[in-house]
Amino acid sequence: MSHDDVIDHLAEIEPGSALDRIRRARPDAREHAQQSFLALLEPAEPGQLTLAERYAVAAYVAVLHDADEDRSRSAAFYLELLADEADAALVAAVRDAADAGRAHGPYGDYREPALAGEAVAGPEARIDAPVVPERLRAALEHAHLLVLHPRDARAETLRALVDAGWGADAIVSLSQLVAFLAFQLRLVHGLRAVAAAPASAASRSDADLEGAVA
Amino acid sequence: MTEIRDYPALRRPDRFTQEGLGWVPWAPPVPEDALTDVQRHALVEASRSASPYFRLLARDPEALRARTLTDLDIFGNEDGGLPRWERELAAAASSRTTGCVFCASVHARAASRLSGRTDDVQRLLDEGVGVRVDERFDAIVDASAALAATPAAFDAEHVERLRAAGLDDAAIVDAIAGAAFFNWANRLMLSLGEPEVVG
Repeated sequence: MSHDDVIDHLAEIEPGSALDRIRRARPDAREHAQQSFLALLEPAEPGQLTLAERYAVAAYVAVLHDADEDRSRSAAFYLELLADEADAALVAAVRDAADAGRAHGPYGDYREPALAGEAVAGPEARIDAPVVPERLRAALEHAHLLVLHPRDARAETLRALVDAGWGADAIVSLSQLVAFLAFQLRLVHGLRAVAAAPASAASRSDADLEGAVA
Repeated sequence: MTEIRDYPALRRPDRFTQEGLGWVPWAPPVPEDALTDVQRHALVEASRSASPYFRLLARDPEALRARTLTDLDIFGNEDGGLPRWERELAAAASSRTTGCVFCASVHARAASRLSGRTDDVQRLLDEGVGVRVDERFDAIVDASAALAATPAAFDAEHVERLRAAGLDDAAIVDAIAGAAFFNWANRLMLSLGEPEVVG
């Protein structure tokens, strides 16, 4: 891993650019978003959640965030990380499972009775590729829920992970990994949108701006 | 084998609220008297050892510490950028979209406390992210909701609208970071336990 800052790499932020200066005005947020990446994707002590499993989950989550089968820079990046750790059959199975699991989130049922009318239906993932080991299948199915319909989570959801062999420490690391990526991928998406709406627009006259948003 | 806990008699909230809520864990937190030095360091603030949420996250101390320091800078750094209450508004709008009643309660309350606009913030909770308050409020809510979608629906039009509402690019990045961060927090709070009514 040669990138000093993964978010800058994925958002293609150049040193000294306006967005670089803006990010550096929040130095702890910048530094610890990177430390979060290292803690979750390159931990010194991976514990029960192995590096290969972390990369599989990350690649699945990144591909699941894409709008379609055109890979975003982020999805391509995490697929490459997985390809460094896993054989081609597993990479293909993870990628295909994510493409098959794509949906529009967030959906799901509320626990809160007064919000029942806001329930939105959506798919649950069932991953059955034989090349994906059972424990990893449970992790990917949980990742699908966390990405797309986290308000459907219940105590039983965690029991399914325990039944598949995951311990409490690994459940926390898996949850952090998926949830962190939901942040990182959105921050990258947002920074790219700012870069794509040139700052010169800010110096246009108010009349022009009103025309642009009408 | 890890014990996953149910709470059959829990007093659950029935809707989004600005009232203070408790939170109970389904997976077992590290007991307070069993926290290692590394885990205590990861809590960043010693008072957090009372929270079952943070003691559960302490099972991965490096990830918890980095998460917490990211959080504190995004929402607390007052060097330019977006007024803090509007970062809290972005967090509340993200939580309202994803459906995290606990997160929305904390950050709606913070937005109200920092701005005095308790009624406007309550309308966000009651009516959802389609609420119309004023152009700047609405632009931040709409941007946060678009970013909370999967796939993210936030685009250059949201950026232009935020600029037209008076946000410079540093403020826009604060709004994006605040909304994006709550896509992290919402997923942890929703999937590792549940809120309870206290008091």
